[in-house]
Amino acid sequence: MTELTNLTISEARAKLKGRDITAVELTDAYLSAIDAANGALNAYVTVTPEKAREMAKASDARLADGKGGALEGIPLGVKDLFATRDIHTQACSHILDGFKPKYESTVTQNLWNDGAVMLGKLNMDEFAMGSSNESSYYGPAVNPWKAKGSDEKLVPGGSSGGSAAAVAAHLCAGATATDTGGSIRQPAAFTGTVGIKPTYGRCSRWGIVAYASSLDQAGPIARDVRDAAILLKSMASVDTKDTTSVDLPVPDYEASLGQSVKGMKIGIPKEYRIEGMPEEIEKLWQQGVEWLKDAGAEVVEISLPHTKYALPAYYIVAPAEASSNLARYDGVRYGLRVDGKDIADMYEKSRAAGFGKEVQRRIMIGTYVLSAGYYDAYYLKAQKVRTLIKRDFEEAFHAGVDAILAPITPSSAFAIGDKELAADPVKMYLQDVFTVTLNMAGLPGISVPAGLDHKGLPLGLQIIGKPFEEETLFKTAHVIEQAAGKFTPAKWW
Amino acid sequence: MTLVDTRTPDPKRLIPGATGDWEIIIGMEVHAQVLSQSKLFSGASTEFGKAPNSNVSLVDAAMPGMLPVINEECVKQAVRTGLGLKAQINNRSIFDRKNYFYPDLPQGYQISQFKDPIVGEGKIIISLGPDRQGNFEDIEIGIERLHLEQDAGKSMHDQHPTMSYVDLNRSGVALMEIVSKPDMRSSDEAKAYMTKLRSIVRYLGTCDGNMDEGSMRADVNVSVRRPGEAFGTRCEIKNVNSIRFIGQAIEYEARRQIAILEDGGSIDQETRLFDPGKGETRSMRSKEDAHDYRYFPDPDLLPLEFDDAFVEALKSDLPELPDDKKARFVRELGLSVYDASVLVSEKAIADYFESVAEGRDGKTAANWVINDLLGALNKAGKGIEETPVSPAQLGGIIDLIKDETISGKIAKDLFEIVFNEGGDPAEIVESRGMKQVTDTGAIEKAVDDIIAANPDQVAKVKAKPTLAGWFVGQVMKSTGGKANPQAVQALVKAKLGIEE
Amino acid sequence: MSVDIATVKRVARLSRIAVSEDDLERMTGELNGILGFVELLSEVDVSGVDPMTSVTPITMRKRADAVTDGDKAADIVANAPNSDQNFFLVPKVVE
Ligand SMILES: [Mg+2]
Ligand SMILES: [Zn+2]
Repeated sequence: MTELTNLTISEARAKLKGRDITAVELTDAYLSAIDAANGALNAYVTVTPEKAREMAKASDARLADGKGGALEGIPLGVKDLFATRDIHTQACSHILDGFKPKYESTVTQNLWNDGAVMLGKLNMDEFAMGSSNESSYYGPAVNPWKAKGSDEKLVPGGSSGGSAAAVAAHLCAGATATDTGGSIRQPAAFTGTVGIKPTYGRCSRWGIVAYASSLDQAGPIARDVRDAAILLKSMASVDTKDTTSVDLPVPDYEASLGQSVKGMKIGIPKEYRIEGMPEEIEKLWQQGVEWLKDAGAEVVEISLPHTKYALPAYYIVAPAEASSNLARYDGVRYGLRVDGKDIADMYEKSRAAGFGKEVQRRIMIGTYVLSAGYYDAYYLKAQKVRTLIKRDFEEAFHAGVDAILAPITPSSAFAIGDKELAADPVKMYLQDVFTVTLNMAGLPGISVPAGLDHKGLPLGLQIIGKPFEEETLFKTAHVIEQAAGKFTPAKWW
Repeated sequence: MTLVDTRTPDPKRLIPGATGDWEIIIGMEVHAQVLSQSKLFSGASTEFGKAPNSNVSLVDAAMPGMLPVINEECVKQAVRTGLGLKAQINNRSIFDRKNYFYPDLPQGYQISQFKDPIVGEGKIIISLGPDRQGNFEDIEIGIERLHLEQDAGKSMHDQHPTMSYVDLNRSGVALMEIVSKPDMRSSDEAKAYMTKLRSIVRYLGTCDGNMDEGSMRADVNVSVRRPGEAFGTRCEIKNVNSIRFIGQAIEYEARRQIAILEDGGSIDQETRLFDPGKGETRSMRSKEDAHDYRYFPDPDLLPLEFDDAFVEALKSDLPELPDDKKARFVRELGLSVYDASVLVSEKAIADYFESVAEGRDGKTAANWVINDLLGALNKAGKGIEETPVSPAQLGGIIDLIKDETISGKIAKDLFEIVFNEGGDPAEIVESRGMKQVTDTGAIEKAVDDIIAANPDQVAKVKAKPTLAGWFVGQVMKSTGGKANPQAVQALVKAKLGIEE
Repeated sequence: MSVDIATVKRVARLSRIAVSEDDLERMTGELNGILGFVELLSEVDVSGVDPMTSVTPITMRKRADAVTDGDKAADIVANAPNSDQNFFLVPKVVE
């Protein structure tokens, strides 16, 4: 029954409603697929077959009663950053060793309330800090894509690498993910999947292990634009438990698919044409412009002058918030404790053993930029630059631009253990150069597959929208998807 | 904060050292627990004395992914307190994180307000006195700011030989940190400040002021200097939890610093603890490294904003505060400043008094409350909350005097009975035959008897009419105090032929 | 700005992360790499610009004052590495 896993969410939804298939059959198909593939792909860090079958059974009962929810019987994977009651929730960090929360994140609860089935927890960069999934305590997730004629294992991107790999390899129908600097959109681009980072405040952050609170935002990774729209509709909500969640009704995103982009004004930010950008990326971007023009959109060049400052500002703001957010991992109330000669020694040993290198690096940088005498020069300055970055976008939108088209990544997926990237953390940080601006400004962005590079690896395009206008993104991404087609990796695992 | 000297050295507050006079400079940071049902950022209860970790939500335990949501009542309480301190209310304030590691600080940071507090500058008037001439001295103590913050949990160190036990019940309870300017110049002023501040928050109902439960505690900053010189180096005495200890700690600390300075030494700026058993302050084990709290705005919380209408609504609901009440008692009830001060010192006393004075003579009520009730309570070691005599009972006693059912003297006995045994004053008077005798015939007989038995005194009183009081006293004695004193007086005068 | 080994030691201490002497040099290099990268911000003129406090222009929602949580001490200590009678246990803290 492996073909069941080839169904998109919208296809499976129809078959489940029509009782052509059962949720238990669908779930079992995914569980078998995971069994067969996870050894090679390392996408899941925990699989929950009993829980999945139990939920699927309940879904079948509701479907039989004609009471199914919007995602009834749809098997999903959950990034390890989301708290799931009594189930492994460790942000793929050793410091949360053995942690099983007594609570469920709002986003995942929303999905279960709509009838979705949980398959397990997905691999990710430790505490969502990374762009390759290599900082996971559980080892890197592997990209289901390989370069033509090569057997080299590639990264699925990060930090939501497990989510992207699992979706691309059909190890779940869709997955939750989070995006702090590009962690949904970059892995989606690397795996030929669709990922959307909604506007900050659209999804509740309650129950999601925090990396950088003012930037973190949950969103889905899915096989196509429609599935992404279906998933976001369920994930998004107003939550009284999250003061930064926004009190706006959640629209029916799926309804915007197929709507015309005729007359829309698409901005092309000239500052995204960075030095040393591969010709292939430039060409793909131009191709996107042509597709949208063909569909009747007007394309104009715009200027976002503070673009190049977004990444350095991000590497002040995000580590600063992280250094404070991660202070709670002290070996007192949960997770790893390494005994020491006194309390301070216990803290220092637990945190040294529990946090990986990249996390330690960011905590240290964050601590430094907040420390006495440096706050104004670093943190305060970065927050002011953020104001300028946001202002750039506001001016573009004010001038009549409806959405912005940009690249997602400076390259296609790279090799696991890439020496050049491993040697210089800053080189890895540059992965986020096109994505991080949105997080700094709180804007929504969608990553949609747009083609393959010369190595046969997927590349994506990004559409950036106005706050809370995710519908525009789905509509526009759908036009590109229609033109570009969908991309599925050849199975080798 | 920049320290501004608002006071000119006053010779009567200086302390003499071996080498000349010294002036004490005191500023206080008071932590007052906000009266609220639930915590500042979580729905867990604030109730005192519950089982370990039972008043704890996932937020208070800093579980991964938990987020703070602010309690509106705590915001209101802070604004009310700010209004009570005649302070600047800031319509926009910011919550910051104060980062440090401690086992009773689960988040690894305390949510507090650093640069932009909810309440800015205000003031408290303290009243010292009365002096030998019966005068009071009012002194204005500046308030620097008031901000909202989370309390920490509690560690216990005596349960186990090698481990400390951590309970997070207090973790996240709302505190108001009220910071004074360095405006106090003696331990008496500091005690008066704390007393007044406690009285204000109790009047407002924003803090219960129970220092023994830790609802209010003071960090006392003490330095000394030669009069007229710049401020000296200060030491901070942490967490002093009684008004008496505040006085003792300051006295000890000032003398300690003076002794060091007079020996040619210098003061190290440090944090000290007051040991009530020894009556001494001692240095807290110096931290291995200096604190660097890395304050920054809490990204989980938006700025705290409200409009003027929000403040105005709270202002219009504010109860009368002690200073206003005192002024009204003097102005409208004709009380002395001293009596009014005693009555407003605690809200419960003022409430009691006002209940008694309602529809009665204010001065009479004040005398009874201050001299009789508070005197008896004091003797019995009780507070006003534990009074066995209710305002209605005391009012009843006063009414019985007023309608001449009993004499003032009998009333004192009646009060004692009510205080010790309870009961309705009118019924007691009735059942125990304490009624005043107004029957002229009976009084006349008693007067005649006394006159007849004391011819010498009669002769004396003819020469010196003011001695008539002696006869009145004798008659009262012979009637067991129950005769109406006015009637006795009139009859004595008439029988002895004394002109009115 | 760049950091020296002593600063990295101090930052590690503030972060409560034990760093071995061998790692200090590597970390110093990495941190200086990152600090060199963010140095780019020095060319931005931010005079008159307010720092961002919230990316979404909303006012903070407030809770009503009601007890809605608590009474689950067992859940609170369920994941604790060391607990006794619903207390968390830590190596003795000397004050
Ligand atoms: Mg303080
Ligand atoms: Zn404080």
